[in-house]
Amino acid sequence: MSYMKKPQFYNPDLPKNELGLTIRDYEGSLSTLCAGCGHDSISSGIMQACFELSISPHTVAKISGIGCSSKTPTYYLGNAHGFNSVHGRMPSVATGANVANRDLTYIGMSGDGDTASIGLGQFVHVIRRQLNMLYVVANNGTYGLTKGQNSATLDKGSKPKKGPDNPWDSIDLVTTAIQMGATFVARSFSGDKQQLVPLIKAAVAHKGFAFIDCISPCVTFNNHAGSTKSYDYVREHNAVMNRMDFIPLQDEITTEYAAGTSSQVSLHDGSVMHLQKLAEDYDPRDKITALDNLQRHNADGKVLTGLLYVDPDASDTHDVLATSKTPLRELKEKDLCPGAEVLSSINASFS
Amino acid sequence: MNTITAVNEFVIRFANVNGTGSASANMLFAKSLFRMGIPVSPRNMFPSNIQGLPTWYDVRVSEKGYMGRRGENVDMVVAMNPQSFERDVKSLAPGGFLFYDSTKYIDTGKYRSDIQWIGVPLMEICQREYQNPRQRQLFKNIIYVGALAALLEMDFDVIKDLIASQFKAKQKLIPPNIHALELGYDYASKNFDCPLSIKVKAADLNKDKILIDGNTASAIGAVYSGATVASWYPITPSTSLVEAFEKFAERFRIDKETGEKKFAIIQAEDELSAMGMVIGASWNGARAFTATSGPGVSLMTEFLGLAYFAEIPVVLFDVQRGGPSTGMPTRTQQSDILSCAYASHGDSKQVLLFPSDPKDAFDIAADAFDYANRLQTPVIVMLDLELGMNDWISDELEWDDKREYDQGKVLNAEQLDKLERYGRYLDVDGDGITYRTYPGTHPEKGAFFTRGTSRDEYAVYSELGEDYVHNVDRLTRKFATAAELLPKPVIYKAKASAVCGVVYVGTTALVQDEMTDLLEQDGIYVDAMKIRAFPFHSDVKKFINKHQKVFVIDINRDAQLRTLLINEEDFDPAKLLSIRHYDGMPVTAVTIVEQMKSALGISDNSNAEKRA
Repeated sequence: MSYMKKPQFYNPDLPKNELGLTIRDYEGSLSTLCAGCGHDSISSGIMQACFELSISPHTVAKISGIGCSSKTPTYYLGNAHGFNSVHGRMPSVATGANVANRDLTYIGMSGDGDTASIGLGQFVHVIRRQLNMLYVVANNGTYGLTKGQNSATLDKGSKPKKGPDNPWDSIDLVTTAIQMGATFVARSFSGDKQQLVPLIKAAVAHKGFAFIDCISPCVTFNNHAGSTKSYDYVREHNAVMNRMDFIPLQDEITTEYAAGTSSQVSLHDGSVMHLQKLAEDYDPRDKITALDNLQRHNADGKVLTGLLYVDPDASDTHDVLATSKTPLRELKEKDLCPGAEVLSSINASFS
Repeated sequence: MNTITAVNEFVIRFANVNGTGSASANMLFAKSLFRMGIPVSPRNMFPSNIQGLPTWYDVRVSEKGYMGRRGENVDMVVAMNPQSFERDVKSLAPGGFLFYDSTKYIDTGKYRSDIQWIGVPLMEICQREYQNPRQRQLFKNIIYVGALAALLEMDFDVIKDLIASQFKAKQKLIPPNIHALELGYDYASKNFDCPLSIKVKAADLNKDKILIDGNTASAIGAVYSGATVASWYPITPSTSLVEAFEKFAERFRIDKETGEKKFAIIQAEDELSAMGMVIGASWNGARAFTATSGPGVSLMTEFLGLAYFAEIPVVLFDVQRGGPSTGMPTRTQQSDILSCAYASHGDSKQVLLFPSDPKDAFDIAADAFDYANRLQTPVIVMLDLELGMNDWISDELEWDDKREYDQGKVLNAEQLDKLERYGRYLDVDGDGITYRTYPGTHPEKGAFFTRGTSRDEYAVYSELGEDYVHNVDRLTRKFATAAELLPKPVIYKAKASAVCGVVYVGTTALVQDEMTDLLEQDGIYVDAMKIRAFPFHSDVKKFINKHQKVFVIDINRDAQLRTLLINEEDFDPAKLLSIRHYDGMPVTAVTIVEQMKSALGISDNSNAEKRA
């Protein structure tokens, strides 16, 4: 559909956010993915979340690797710079970008091939470095762009469109993320916008490394009976852990929660996450419980979704490196160059 | 028996066991000579190992200023390693001096009778003077420096001053070190006829010079040039470059009041990631670099192609070494020329710079950030182990405080407002270099999606062949711009008119004077050209066209520099005669001269006749 021009028509009565922007200001170019692709729902979730958070699109940097999922940053936030980098290497490019300018919002877009196979090393190391970013994996268990090979997140025994059942164990990205030290870890489903949008909003507001593993069925290669990443399978096996409402600092808190079923997590910037708990006694601030829950549901063949783990007081790479509050890229000669006089003393130390 | 007689013109080899603290004692010896105003070139030959294997430190002393490696044979050996003793004895020229530890009896006659044996009971002295085994080991090194001071007639005060400045922060270590020096000095003075027939004499030849290695000089260049992001993965022989950057950044780039760092250094999980971080940081407007060696370049190659096509500045220091394995990696080569020049898949090509000494390494490091930003492309600085890890006598480093960093063609919000439509890859100026914007510059203008290939001049996705061709043809124009922007070659005219030329890059410069002198002794005159950058400047072509035959010196097996010249400039291959050296040791002038003469059909006999 890439030959089709995006319609320019828009409704003048569209709601506006605090910046006076409408949702249309958060769009990108027309998607060229297959009709019904789960990834497009993630794109629209990102647009919706950034709109609701009143983030000026140009203050976001979108970085991706290679694959169907990595193509999506062109389809949202057209006024933001984007970088379609190298397969599996989005994390390192995002790290460099973030280190250079700590003031932007970083959204990394990846897929299960890009993250769990070729990019697994970079994935775990960007988590270790606590990079302040939102890292989204559009997870469909298949290599779409090369036409349907199994990926490393495809469940053992899952039935591919052709060939034998998958004989290999799968990599569970949320478990890996929690173990590696990610401080915001969620799983969602592209078909569940009610759950996904608040999660994206909270993840963007989170300081530190935020990870969303978003099950996003591939309508062309992995949406048939017997696949554990199909729309039907995920709908049937989705064990929703919690429903979230995210209240940014600026908003008046209006949402109401039934006592005993909700918990409140305050973030560093003063914004609040309300978690409407469906599972009893689940505290997402407890890493051990989170991992335990994941293992139990996994053993039952359930796909656990919601906010799985959060450390609201997390630090980030810049805290660890003690880098200047002024973004490094803004520093000038007077900040950076020790000058000729100092060089004479350096010379003297080598003479 | 002939005994070597030499003043300020000899080579002394220290044969040690690595991990025994000999390096600082040997450095003390070399630096003392430097402080005495005598040209000196120390060279470390070390194993890929931390403790227990042989290591050698050759110090060439040359009042003539010949700072290249002289050759296998040396005039004096300080043989401190029983493992390599036989080999070390053999490496001595007839009439040379063998300094050894005589605590245990050695039947010297069993080895050689055409050399002078100088036995000092180092272990015995240490056993007597020190209780602690570690001290015995460390001071043994200082004792032999003291003995050499007497044997070679070094200025004892200079050595004492150096010790005092070395231990400025640990004052209590000064007296015992000086005591150790005196122990050696006194023993040698009492037991030998000092000085020997090889000795040193104070000169005044190191005025305004410093003794520094190329990795450190490059790192200082990066600090001065405003590099703020360094990401890297440890690999010999490049590691010390980033470590030096960290040292100087910690010293000069931390805000005294807030403690905030005006730099970020990230040790990556591998070289792919190191390069990815540099690309991300540069894309976002910071000055970023990484340092590596051949294997790292191999891993970075996919990313280098992306940076080439996406037109993102990258500064990469490649400190070259031998091929795969441990072992050869601690030897020197210039064998990454082709893998760097043509790094990556597709129609890619990279800018190379070739520093030839530490001052040059400082200047080139500082300039590399300007070139990378001006040209919006990776710039690979091609050092080698010989330059990176050895101390060289160098001109002092210089900086002009009026100098401003060149970030190249970057549009700000105001400039974007004036444009009707911004085209990231639109060649507005005709030089092949287009305008970029940093993320976050303007709410509505200037954003684009960065990709490798597959887009038009406005960065809009395109799979059209004509758009691809249009783009890569512009990149070819950009390379032509680069050729004339980058440093010109340096040409050294022979004393008489010459029909032959010689071409080289990098550290081969170190042997040039000696090579020219040796050739002149045989009545051979050649003009020399030191190439400093790729793509080649038009002067390179002129030089080669002007000469009938041109020798191309390569420190690699397959004549990579010669291949690059032929491939890029269409020279007649028959005209370019290859001189190659690739055993991992720094090239000597003698090696080059012998190969040149053989290529010219001049046999050594005829030269001998000519000399007679």
